[in-house]
Amino acid sequence: MSLALDALTILAVSAGAFFFLAGTVGLLRFPDALSRLHTLTKADNLGLGLIVLGLLLQVEGPFAALKLIAVWLLTLLAGATVAQLIARTARPGGRPV
Amino acid sequence: MADFLLAAAGFVLATVAVGLVRILRGPGDDDRIMAAQLLGTGGIAVLLLLAAAMSVPAAVDVALILAVLAAFITVAFAKGAARSEADRA
Repeated sequence: MSLALDALTILAVSAGAFFFLAGTVGLLRFPDALSRLHTLTKADNLGLGLIVLGLLLQVEGPFAALKLIAVWLLTLLAGATVAQLIARTARPGGRPV
Repeated sequence: MADFLLAAAGFVLATVAVGLVRILRGPGDDDRIMAAQLLGTGGIAVLLLLAAAMSVPAAVDVALILAVLAAFITVAFAKGAARSEADRA
């Protein structure tokens, strides 16, 4: 049982780390600000989400699990808000906030 | 398991550090703030991984605070950008 959980953790954390790598590559290689913003939100939401998912299988007690979920939800909320704000300043002729 | 989580933390930290090249290259302020945002999220991920790998539960609290503060940076940037736009107009 614990072996299966460990395997799932390794899978999820590896996938999350891959999304962070993809986010960095996209941030460096994509041609314009809006497509770079697109990769940034992928790294934010999926990368961190998968890492949190992997770590959730390792925690003891529901309280620690809730805290991990809170970190992820907070990042989702902040990431969505921040992407909107950056897109408005990045778009030519975009309406300022 | 701890070794794997530690390695994953190192890997995420390395990729995020490479992403900081975007701060040097620019070209716009919004590109630079995006790299800072990626550093914030990567920092949260690294803290969570370290908390699990080295069994330091307090690091999760630090990650929680970083999650709040990382958002404030960008909101402050957007407010500042809007203000300088209004000054120019």
